[in-house]
Amino acid sequence: MREAEPVVLGIESTAHTFGVGIATTRRILANVNSIYEPKVGGIHPREAAEHHSRVAGETLARALRVAGLNIQDVDAIAVALGPGMGPCLRVGATLARYLAVKYSKPLVPVNHAVAHVEIAKLTTGFRDPLVVYIAGGNTIITTLVEGRYRVFGETLDMPLGNCIDTFAREVGLGYPGTPRVEEKARKAESYIELPYVVKGQDLQFSGLLTKALRLVKEGAKLEDVCYSLIETAYSMLVEVAERALVHTGKREVTLTGGVARSKLLCRKLEAMAKLHDAVFKPVDPEYAGDNGAMIAYTGALAYASGVTISVEESAIRPMWRLDQVEIPWSPHRSS
Amino acid sequence: MMALAHGITWRGGNVKGGARMAALSAASRLLEELGAEWVSLLGVGAEAVVVRCRWRGFDAVAKYRVPKPYRDERLDSVLRRRRTVLEAKLLIEAKKLGVPAPTLLYVEPELHVLLMDFIPGVRLREVITRLDRPEEIFRELGFYTGLMHERGIVHGDLTTSNVMMVGGKAYIIDFGLGAFSNELEEQGVDVHLMLRSLESTHPSLVPSLYAAFMEGYEEARGEEAKRAVEDKVVEIRRRGRYVAERRLRAKRGAST
Repeated sequence: MREAEPVVLGIESTAHTFGVGIATTRRILANVNSIYEPKVGGIHPREAAEHHSRVAGETLARALRVAGLNIQDVDAIAVALGPGMGPCLRVGATLARYLAVKYSKPLVPVNHAVAHVEIAKLTTGFRDPLVVYIAGGNTIITTLVEGRYRVFGETLDMPLGNCIDTFAREVGLGYPGTPRVEEKARKAESYIELPYVVKGQDLQFSGLLTKALRLVKEGAKLEDVCYSLIETAYSMLVEVAERALVHTGKREVTLTGGVARSKLLCRKLEAMAKLHDAVFKPVDPEYAGDNGAMIAYTGALAYASGVTISVEESAIRPMWRLDQVEIPWSPHRSS
Repeated sequence: MMALAHGITWRGGNVKGGARMAALSAASRLLEELGAEWVSLLGVGAEAVVVRCRWRGFDAVAKYRVPKPYRDERLDSVLRRRRTVLEAKLLIEAKKLGVPAPTLLYVEPELHVLLMDFIPGVRLREVITRLDRPEEIFRELGFYTGLMHERGIVHGDLTTSNVMMVGGKAYIIDFGLGAFSNELEEQGVDVHLMLRSLESTHPSLVPSLYAAFMEGYEEARGEEAKRAVEDKVVEIRRRGRYVAERRLRAKRGAST
């Protein structure tokens, strides 16, 4: 049975995940994802892109099966055009263009960061939260002002997820880094002072990473370094989120992105929110990491607001900033 | 929500939550210990409880850095002590340069508290749209920022929330995240923060006010230093991963 509201198929391929989701402006109908896992080292864009090309057809077919739909039933094709890694983005964009042309469906451009924010709002039920968006490639504190997600704080060098993942890889804990470093940290005995760099509302993690790696090399107990690294990095982040919360006076705080699965970070943010009588709730863990559903859902919001793009204009946007995107579906247009 | 003096927002009268109460009662005990008389709560900010008080005949502001339940106690204590001492030093140095800023009255690092004189005004952020000549104010702010940078001080949280307007005069407050530094990087961050605080709350005013700010900045430091800082600001904005250059935005016409 067809719903009155548009059904949108969304494609995610900005980094290590190839995902296809199907959604309306109210709910998720399918969320099928395939994650590229490098055997050694970090994500190699070309290898990730090869993975995406390999799994694209099957992922698409499974998503349609889960939703119980044919591709003809879908009203529009949404795709994450950025930000992300060029070779990876191209896989999703190519598939989206092909589907749009072949089945005569409108194409909807989606910003990957906006999608992380919107899926957090959907799954928490929050209407106007302060959003902490933390993943391997992003560290952003944002909230809606005058129809756009304005950036209230971000990393000035490397993203938090990248800092912890790199540390984990270098000391042999492997990937994904965050849960493994957190687990080690639980067995720590002492705290070691590390560079704590907060500049206004912005953060820097590279000094922290360098010092932590040096300590391990010099023979400090790995558990203690893990604890001190996590404690310092998260405290920096929560402090900046706190400043943004006070600055904007919002009453809701959410955490989205891959690192949102961290219970420790959630506890810290919750403690912070409580100090200012705000409510904290993280994104549903199923939609924390990169996924197709968030692209489909955000695509549905955009499509319902009349946002589409022609195939000719649908070039990928590897450096597409969150705060460049107009949010016409935002109910709040406060200043 | 009401805006209060000293750059801190407090949701009017709605003091709830155990942790919040604890911070306030700790501040109250502290004032007693210092022989200060509580006049009014100016704010419970992100970092500190700020209280207007009478102290040795002064109309004063006490800033008490509160412990944070979300971080390791050892880290917490180090940060609070270090920041209290640094803020006191920065206030003195800014004053010596003639920057309109609060005057330091007293500091007690072990108690994480400092006292300064009260500046009776409103936050620039709240009154920007009502100013007769906002360009003049931003020119002045640019000048004093340039002066501080020239003499090795960075503010660290230079936003429209941290400027108090008293009559037609702008005071720079809250040196709580400042530092002694001659690094171009940190100077760039100061200017970047001012620019971004404008962008995030008053996007339409950015072009004229930023230009005025940089004019004043150049007056204090000369063209070469101004240009270096401007380039740094562009670099800072471009550097973080996935940060597009502004010209991309102009070329594409604001995305979707």
